[in-house]
Amino acid sequence: MNKADVVVIGGGPAGIEAAYNLARDNHKVVLVEKEKEIFGHMQTAYTLFPNFQDASEIRSSLLQKTKHGNITLYNNSEVTQVSRENDFWRVQTINGLDFIAPAVLLASGFKTFDARYKEELGYGIYKGVITSVEFEEMLKVGKIQTANGEKPRRIAFLNCVGSRDEKVGNHYCSRVCCINAVKLSIEAKKQLPEVEAYCFYMDIRMSGQFYEELYRKSQEDFDVNYIRGRISEVAPTIDNRLQVKCEDTLSQTPLKMTVDLLVLMIGIEASEGTARIGEQVGVNGEYNFSKSISLHTADNKTKHQGFFLAGTCKRPLTVPETMADARAAALEIDLYLKSLSQ
Amino acid sequence: MKDLGFSISQSRTIDLDKSDLSAYRRVVEKVPSAKLCLMCGACTATCTARNHTDFNFRKVHLLFRRGQFEGLAEELDKCMLCGKCRLVCNRGVNTRAIIYNMRIILENLNYKSIK
Amino acid sequence: MKKQYWTEYESKVADDHYYYERSCIRQSFFTGSEEVFINIVRDLLGKDIADDMNLHTCSGIGYYSGVVPLDTTMTVVARLFALMTEAGYKNFVPSCITSFGLVNEVVDMWHHFPEKLEQIRGYLKEANGKEFDVPENIAHPCDIIYKYRKELKEKMKYSLTNVHTGKPLKVVEHIGCHYAKIFPRQVKGGAEFPQVLVGMIQEWGGEVVDYPERRHCCGFGFSQYMVLANRGYSAANSKKKLESMQPFKPDFILANCPGCTMFMDRWQYTIAETEGITYGENGMGIPVLTYEELAAILLGYNPWDVGLQTHQVQVEPLLDKMGIKYDPKDKYVGKSGAFLGEPEKPTHLKVKAYE
Repeated sequence: MNKADVVVIGGGPAGIEAAYNLARDNHKVVLVEKEKEIFGHMQTAYTLFPNFQDASEIRSSLLQKTKHGNITLYNNSEVTQVSRENDFWRVQTINGLDFIAPAVLLASGFKTFDARYKEELGYGIYKGVITSVEFEEMLKVGKIQTANGEKPRRIAFLNCVGSRDEKVGNHYCSRVCCINAVKLSIEAKKQLPEVEAYCFYMDIRMSGQFYEELYRKSQEDFDVNYIRGRISEVAPTIDNRLQVKCEDTLSQTPLKMTVDLLVLMIGIEASEGTARIGEQVGVNGEYNFSKSISLHTADNKTKHQGFFLAGTCKRPLTVPETMADARAAALEIDLYLKSLSQ
Repeated sequence: MKDLGFSISQSRTIDLDKSDLSAYRRVVEKVPSAKLCLMCGACTATCTARNHTDFNFRKVHLLFRRGQFEGLAEELDKCMLCGKCRLVCNRGVNTRAIIYNMRIILENLNYKSIK
Repeated sequence: MKKQYWTEYESKVADDHYYYERSCIRQSFFTGSEEVFINIVRDLLGKDIADDMNLHTCSGIGYYSGVVPLDTTMTVVARLFALMTEAGYKNFVPSCITSFGLVNEVVDMWHHFPEKLEQIRGYLKEANGKEFDVPENIAHPCDIIYKYRKELKEKMKYSLTNVHTGKPLKVVEHIGCHYAKIFPRQVKGGAEFPQVLVGMIQEWGGEVVDYPERRHCCGFGFSQYMVLANRGYSAANSKKKLESMQPFKPDFILANCPGCTMFMDRWQYTIAETEGITYGENGMGIPVLTYEELAAILLGYNPWDVGLQTHQVQVEPLLDKMGIKYDPKDKYVGKSGAFLGEPEKPTHLKVKAYE
């Protein structure tokens, strides 16, 4: 059993940012990551909304932070057990690591919605139906193409896939998909100026700073079309394209069109680790997201002394929100550790 | 052809593959702010004509955008070109110019109003 | 509710001892389908299946048209269950998709409102002294054919292959709304990708056509086709499907619902007569078969014994493609051997000409 001041569970933006801030305050931090690579979902990102910052810059910055002398990083170390032993927390991993520490930070993040549950959208059946994550990967390698390797003439983006949908048990809004669709459609037009881009939405939720401006820019400078209506049927055409159907709700008329790619803006769900560890520790809230003791005044603390939360294990958050939340968590943990030594 | 006492209904779906979207591109060339319309309906709410007729600028604009021209010329004739709609648009869309250009294009496409 | 992928939805079908509920409309539209189904299940699969002389309507068409009240409908269904119980069966097999939808709905309502079940028991007892058990299993005949599709394949004389080109036949499959849309998780593949007909087509050598309007309803809709003024948009739905499938050049359409089979077949006449449009090769129509008819002709039954001559779109071009032998002289001969007379030919929808 190895001792540490804090065990941080999850090597994504929240975990790394919190670990770094704790390390700067002279705490010995163990950072455990279940995957071979760190960065979580930041791993596959191309650019970040709303300012199109290159995600690789964020990755280099995060990587640099993990190299702090007070941080010990363990990859391939999925946490199997978190338990309370006397005044300490014990964290055990799949590869036999065993730590004991006065504080634990859960930063186990989110997973993207599995679009196969929305059977009417044909994900996993028709090759032209892809997820926003897969589209981002295409952008990253600069190769937007159909399954046949052709340049798409028309791309549709569909919002709220797995969000605001009682059929899949997710009543909540994932918050980032609307603006992400704006970003992706602009990136698509940058790489393929001739492509026609259509965004299908139930509401457009541009709540963050500069989001509305970016939405406007997509219309003004990039000719992105927005149709208020939810695509609810996808079928193949004779030339292996996709026919999509929705209601053009503002003209109150059913509408259909053929597209080459349908990009599903998949929502955010609690990751398996978040759900499992939350259950073990007893901090599970709605939809398996972890629950703090006070949303407004103590959003990083839980009902257990020494067990803290940061980032998207709590709810859907943007990258800047996640990083700020991680720094707030580090501060709470620092105060807690200091209170123990007094 | 036989009369069976009923005729088979026509499709009411907008098929964007078969719609003429070029007419709207011509409107946008003349009035670039047309692209910014969010279809909020502020224009229609304040419209002088809308208060006494079926004229709905928001809807006419949208149907034109989708290439659904049938019946639009008659609708556009109801507009008095007073320009009130333009004052209230929170996206700065030149609504009045859109109406004017749609009228010209429909005329050229031989969509005549009843007048 | 547990999250499930559509691929995990399964139909539950009993292995044996079926109580068959015949359909009102199928016996007049597809005259051989039910007979041949009983024959296949009893003689070829060696199963026990009851064909009860005392059967009556399920009243589903009246219920879905909004003219028969719910309590009456439930009591009629209860009487069917009483007949099943009296005959000593527990597995209910309704031939019609509407019956299948209705009995499932009724049983589901009883499950959620047990007091309703007790009330209906009272009504039936009062009406004719009958008592009933709720079936242990409700399966559609197409589920049974699907379940035993491999066993049947072994007995088949023909396959879904074009004997002239050696290529698989292209088949459009169409599923009735009340089969999968009411309780999608209770049928294999659910409402979006029901596998029941797909499984038969693929097992028997055919290729399924995936066309844009595959999941569109045929337009039957009960009060829609019954009222003359509404028929235009009832027919428009089948037309939409036919237009959408035509470029794929399907060899035939396979359906599991009486309404769909009839309408996709008969509306081809309506469209041809009123608009002069046909969808098959050389001005002919696209044949529409029930799954029992398909199984039967593949097994080597005489197409005229199966009732294929009563279809609007004549099937000879399809039989020729499949290499199935038939005698045109037998086409309009009744069971007694007497010639029944030949029907009038449609004006626009072409049929095979015999020299």
